[in-house]
Amino acid sequence: MAERSEMREVKIKVNDEWVTGLVKSSTTLLRFLRDNGFTEVKKGCDEGDCGACTVLLDGKAITSCLILALQADGKEVTTIKKTGDQLLETLKEAFVKYEACQCGFCSPGTIITARWLLNENPRPNREEIRDALSGNLCRCTGYQKIVDAIEHVSET
Amino acid sequence: MEHKDKQKQTFYVVGKRLDGLDEKAKVAGSVIYADDFTMERMLYAKVFRSTRASAKIKSIDTTAARSLPGVVTVITAEDVPNNRSVTGAVGQTAELGLVQTVQQLVLAEDRVRFYGEPIALVAAEDPDIAKAALKLIKIEYEDIPGVFDPEEAMKDDTPKVHGDNNIIAHWELRRGDIDKAFREADVIVENDYQTQFQEHAHLEPESGVAWIDDDGVLNLRVATQVIEQYREIAHILGIAESKVRIRGTLIGGGFGGKEDLTVEPYIALLSWKTGRPVKLTYEREEMMYGRHKRHPYKMRYKHGATKDGQLVAMEATLISDSGAYVYLSSWVLLYSTVHSTGPYYIPNVKVDSYSVLTNNIYTSAFRSFGAIQVAVACESQMDILARELKMDPAELRAKNYLKTGDKTGTGQRIDSEVLLTETQEAAVKALGDRSKPSAPYMKVGRGFASCWQSYGRMCYLHDTSSAWVGMELDGSAVVRCGIPDLGGGQRESLRQIAAELIGAPLERVHVISTDSQVTPLAGTVTATRALFMSGNAVKLAAEAIRHDLLQKASEMLGENPENLDMCDGEVFASRNRENKIPLAQVVKAIKSEGNPLEVLRTFRAPAAEPVTREILEGQIFPDFTFGSQAAEVEVNTLTGKVNVSKMVGAYDVGKAINPKRVEGQIEGGMAQGLGYALLEEFIEDKGIPQNVNLTTYILPTSKDVPDIQSIILESGSGKGPFGAKGIGEPAIVATAPAILNAIYDAVGVRIKKIPATPESVFYHLKERGERT
Repeated sequence: MAERSEMREVKIKVNDEWVTGLVKSSTTLLRFLRDNGFTEVKKGCDEGDCGACTVLLDGKAITSCLILALQADGKEVTTIKKTGDQLLETLKEAFVKYEACQCGFCSPGTIITARWLLNENPRPNREEIRDALSGNLCRCTGYQKIVDAIEHVSET
Repeated sequence: MEHKDKQKQTFYVVGKRLDGLDEKAKVAGSVIYADDFTMERMLYAKVFRSTRASAKIKSIDTTAARSLPGVVTVITAEDVPNNRSVTGAVGQTAELGLVQTVQQLVLAEDRVRFYGEPIALVAAEDPDIAKAALKLIKIEYEDIPGVFDPEEAMKDDTPKVHGDNNIIAHWELRRGDIDKAFREADVIVENDYQTQFQEHAHLEPESGVAWIDDDGVLNLRVATQVIEQYREIAHILGIAESKVRIRGTLIGGGFGGKEDLTVEPYIALLSWKTGRPVKLTYEREEMMYGRHKRHPYKMRYKHGATKDGQLVAMEATLISDSGAYVYLSSWVLLYSTVHSTGPYYIPNVKVDSYSVLTNNIYTSAFRSFGAIQVAVACESQMDILARELKMDPAELRAKNYLKTGDKTGTGQRIDSEVLLTETQEAAVKALGDRSKPSAPYMKVGRGFASCWQSYGRMCYLHDTSSAWVGMELDGSAVVRCGIPDLGGGQRESLRQIAAELIGAPLERVHVISTDSQVTPLAGTVTATRALFMSGNAVKLAAEAIRHDLLQKASEMLGENPENLDMCDGEVFASRNRENKIPLAQVVKAIKSEGNPLEVLRTFRAPAAEPVTREILEGQIFPDFTFGSQAAEVEVNTLTGKVNVSKMVGAYDVGKAINPKRVEGQIEGGMAQGLGYALLEEFIEDKGIPQNVNLTTYILPTSKDVPDIQSIILESGSGKGPFGAKGIGEPAIVATAPAILNAIYDAVGVRIKKIPATPESVFYHLKERGERT
């Protein structure tokens, strides 16, 4: 167990809830989130290659495995479980309707990326959607229906 | 009394693009995947793995690791009650026959045979402590010569990986008089082809938690394609099979990567020893170098044809790299051998296939299970042959496609409809107009390939699948079925089938699945068998319930049962919907008479005698799915980079239970096939892994895969529920050859070794002497 002196306290707002905890300086935001029950944020590779751990940090899409918990101290994290976000809900419905979700493991990260994209660019074309998604690996869908779902949401 | 199977005319649920409850739960983030699950007092495990490809273990000292504060136990081979695997392969209930079964080891004993081979296990209070403990294990190796090329490994004077022979399987196809046929052929085409190690790269790592419950039963909650593995675990621990329970989770992708034992033996051993829950989740790097891959193949193919394009002879030699342990290699080889002819009728056939041990990463199941490698060779051959004959490749294939009633290379009669010509036409047509090149140094090309893939396991395994359906008093229903869900909607298909037949609304049908002590065993989610087997099992059970419901409703409505139908919680007269009654009322009436309306049924696949000779003969598989894919590529002649600009996949799936899920399989399979063709290769150099993460093992991203069009044809002639066939594996088979044929069309170079990386294409172009 790490020495007490190596542990520091962090306070991070996750989906409208302030979460405090003790972390090592090397603890990633991903580890902090999952250890505190936010298991909707998935660990696919832990080294920034797959995008499964994507969350919004102060509104910007980041891979939480590459951010230290201490770096997120005092900031706001958004996962797919955030309530009261109509655009997020619409995206989730579209993912179901368009079958953009098969095994679902990439979906929490992919939907957050989509949420961020539509904030930056409310009417992206298919190429822009593919561009934005290029950091989210999906092994099941071939991306077709993911692009369809996001395109549909952007058009309505 | 059994319901006489009458083909349903009107469908309310099956065939519709309905939204699934599982998908809703997934996007809500509420599904608890294997690694999301925790228990009180849970320990975290890590696996200590070999860093040599071929060595004796001179000594191993775990003292320092054991002494690290927070480490609870360290296990090596001597702590394992039964370290040698009984069954040579997973879920098998019949003998393999000829094949030499080399046992798998739970943990390495005195020798390691591949880099990454598990040697010891650590359980600690914290995953970081477990990781630190691995570094404290002291091991002394003594290198022994290894062998890394399967052709080399076939020779007498090379190092032997196990026993005294590296060849662990040999299969044959024999038909007609091959020498005579080649003598009489007008055109002969002979080429060598080669395929690579491919990594499953499912996004969810292998993971599970084991614990002993208050009944003394060892529970494993694990992402697995095979819950029947509880038998294997019981054997390893030396306890009764009834004392091991596997609860499968909704899986974050498998593709055959979660079919053999993964974390199960390790968490079982550690939990059994410590008495505490234990979790093990693999790291991505560990998955890359420690877990099995798709078999690389070397293939020599020779085709003979008449000048008007009739195939008269085919001869092939296949050599597959089994890696350091057998696992499913002999079965994969069997699939390759059967599928090696391609979906064509060829009167004279001679195929010899070999699977060979090496000190490379071990190889086992991966989507398509051996049919994909031979398709690369076979469909390239057909294209080459067509050009030799100055014939349209489409016409050449159409002339030789298998037809209903034809016999395959093993003499199995094709009894379903064969829509190959229709899929070929649909795929090619959907490509539309040829795109213009985007620059003068870009060349556009088009290609297509046809394919076949079995669905259902090999007949001699006597495969079965069971399901239970029960009605609740309020007209809702519970379906219990052991089938695991890989992410392809296996469970949702069962929900749709049950809802259709018992008339309950989709969202009121609860499916409880994948628990070896709670749900009837339905077999593996492998071999494109899930819908075929578990779908038929649910159908049988639901039809029996349906019969009783319609019988009682006919009394209550004064109509013959044949004139009644059900949907959305109501039973009604087909010709007059106003004559109706709530389903719940019918259920209550039946139950009050002492009929519990609970039915357990077992579906049995067509069975055959065990394979006893090396020559494969007779009915090997229940049936096959046929399809075609077409691709348009743009080749950058300056860099060799191939961009796929359009892709189409057309398949006869018999009956689409939910079309959008079928499309999802086709599209996903094609993307994985694109990776196989152009991007993906796991590389080892004398058994040492060279690329162990997702930056150096290149997976297709959203920018590599173009818009894909999936076309569904429905012949209704499959052996699955409502005439369905399977699509999971067929979807990946034709992609690589379609792309290779398109590359040839674009720049006139024939790539016979995949992946067709930019370097490979560039050097082929250079050799050919043309750059623009």
